[in-house]
Amino acid sequence: MGGRSGRIGEGPLGSLRSVRARDTDWDGVRLHVVTGKGGTGKTTVAAALALALASGGRRVLLVEVEGRQGIAQVFDLPPLPYEERKIAVAPGGGDVHALAIDPEEAMLDYLEMFYGMRRAGKALTKMGVVDFATTIAPGFRDVLVTGKTTEAVRRKGKDGRRVYDAVVLDAPPTGRVARFLNVTNEVAGLARVGPIKNHADLVNGVVASPETAVHFVTLLEEMPVQETLDGLGELRETGLPPGGIFTNMVRKSLLPASVLDAAAKGRFDPGELALGLKAAGLAEGGANAAAVAEALAEEIAEHAHRTKLERRERRSLDTSGRPRYELPLLADGVDLAGLYELAESIHAQGAA
Amino acid sequence: MNERSGRLRAVPVLDLDAIIDDPDTRIVVCCGSGGVGKTTTAAALGLRAAERGRSAVVLTVDPARRLAQSMGLTELDNTPRPVAGVKGEGKLHAMMLDMKRTFDEIIEAHADPERARQILTNPFYQSLSSSFSGTQEYMAMEKLGQLRRSGDWDLIIVDTPPSRSALDFLDAPERLGRFLDGRLIRLLMAPAKAGGRSAFKLLNAGFGIVAGALTKLLGAQVLKDLQMFVSALDAVFGGFRARAEQTYKLLQAPGTAFVVVAAPERDAMREASYFVERLAEERMPLAGLVVNRVHRAPAAVLSAARSTAAAEDLETRGEHDLTAAVLRLHAGRMQLAAREDREQEHFLSAHPTVPVARVPAMSQDVHDLAGLRKVGELLAAQS
Repeated sequence: MGGRSGRIGEGPLGSLRSVRARDTDWDGVRLHVVTGKGGTGKTTVAAALALALASGGRRVLLVEVEGRQGIAQVFDLPPLPYEERKIAVAPGGGDVHALAIDPEEAMLDYLEMFYGMRRAGKALTKMGVVDFATTIAPGFRDVLVTGKTTEAVRRKGKDGRRVYDAVVLDAPPTGRVARFLNVTNEVAGLARVGPIKNHADLVNGVVASPETAVHFVTLLEEMPVQETLDGLGELRETGLPPGGIFTNMVRKSLLPASVLDAAAKGRFDPGELALGLKAAGLAEGGANAAAVAEALAEEIAEHAHRTKLERRERRSLDTSGRPRYELPLLADGVDLAGLYELAESIHAQGAA
Repeated sequence: MNERSGRLRAVPVLDLDAIIDDPDTRIVVCCGSGGVGKTTTAAALGLRAAERGRSAVVLTVDPARRLAQSMGLTELDNTPRPVAGVKGEGKLHAMMLDMKRTFDEIIEAHADPERARQILTNPFYQSLSSSFSGTQEYMAMEKLGQLRRSGDWDLIIVDTPPSRSALDFLDAPERLGRFLDGRLIRLLMAPAKAGGRSAFKLLNAGFGIVAGALTKLLGAQVLKDLQMFVSALDAVFGGFRARAEQTYKLLQAPGTAFVVVAAPERDAMREASYFVERLAEERMPLAGLVVNRVHRAPAAVLSAARSTAAAEDLETRGEHDLTAAVLRLHAGRMQLAAREDREQEHFLSAHPTVPVARVPAMSQDVHDLAGLRKVGELLAAQS
């Protein structure tokens, strides 16, 4: 099919691209849907994944659908128009393009593409049809948005090859993602036959195929982990293809397990620490070193406790059987450099 | 005190106890973007208010399972249930919003039985009442109005829906109203009003284009369902609008206190900023900002730079491995705290008069009333 592996057999010139083919966990996937609970860094991970997928000379489209201009913020750009434009260059060549989908514009596109009705579309907009679509039948809005996304996935250039090697969709949060993607079902109650239904079926043909993977972004905390597992369950029920789990903002523990164990049980001895602080020149007097050591011991105990809970959450995630990737917490927040760091980490772990 | 609070500008402190203790406070609305601990804050405030003697009810929208369980809520039945285990004289009820049922009840209350049946069975109604993101907001406000009118509680604490934007719930009722009042609706209603003649015949050419496009876009059957739905709904909308306006006024009344909830992250703080500005525009009473999940370092006297330098020094000398690792850990924590301060800075300088309460990050989610009580203590313990 159209996956990366398909290019390997191409002629000597075409093989330029196939040289860059590499083994990743998601070969053959062209639509990467990224979801996650609010606050887990879904948009950041989607952006880093797009960069990672583009690295080595590919062309990737990053799509957002909720009108938040999250992509612009992550890449530190002015607000994006409803237009595909190149926003970043990936390591080793390769481009990331971005598109902020506006449902109203998507509706005009749809009318023009399928019916050649741009003018009527404008009139519809004036009549408040988009208000209609978003107010009364959210399924319609979702179909327009996912329709635009899957169109980009399927789009072919003059050479007959797909225009984008991959499309990354920064999707609605976990609680809504199955409904958002399951458009056929969503409009079925409203339109059993007719053009919307046909359009929904077309979208479904991409979204429910092996060309799509729905990835989850989570933190090592109880609620987002639970939502991830629930979300995977919902995907299973609706027959949508599950992807990997990206655990975001992971803090590396520098302390040996024995110390953590003792600290978790409240048996960490700050005495040695006080000596170390003195040796490092951090204490002016004995009393001061002891006080700082006590305060640090408190930090260690908290850290040990959290590490233990995190271990439990990791085990929960493992029960899902999905591939897992861990992304480090960036101490200074996610700036552009940090984004590339995350992309590198995604690449190194084989997710892209 | 420590270097962190030294860098943050001095801001007024949000005294939540004063708010929940004031008998004139009748409604507390917790709002903010998704994932910042809004529901937990609402539930903790409810418990604290009850244990300080109020008769309180917490209206939650889509709570996490464990949090619901911590208040003994096991099913979404749209009815306030007493919460067991509350200490003291006051009492606490809690409920989960069932938005479809709330919507059905409004329809039943405002339409004659035949019309109600038409609406309730219409596919558009089913879609609107169960999945429109704005419906949840509208129904939360409707439920709030109902609880307030019932007079059964002297304090109602509302958790707002996990909207795409924190502002959605303010706009949703109006959007629904505008929609039902819009030109499109009038267009759809026209054939019915013209005595059932074939669609759009009597309309001018501009409408003709639109009608043709709509038919192409939606199909004839969908259009018919929609027309039926709209004309049935139109008949009950007068009542709808009156209620929405009533609830809106309730939110502007002095007995209401808005608590904006955020986390020390860029997006959440930005949403909080917008929200504070919107509340001012709408003349809705803002109590203050709660910043959840703030990381603090007990050993804050030791700066990130000093601990990193000392760790490097120890590592180079190959001495005190453990101390070096602990210093690295501490430096990371100080960096995180500094970043969180920076994320709050914009809000604090844009809204210097808004009272703020900060709640330290807890390693574990709330599982039971004891956990909620602890959150309540942290919310109140601002110094």
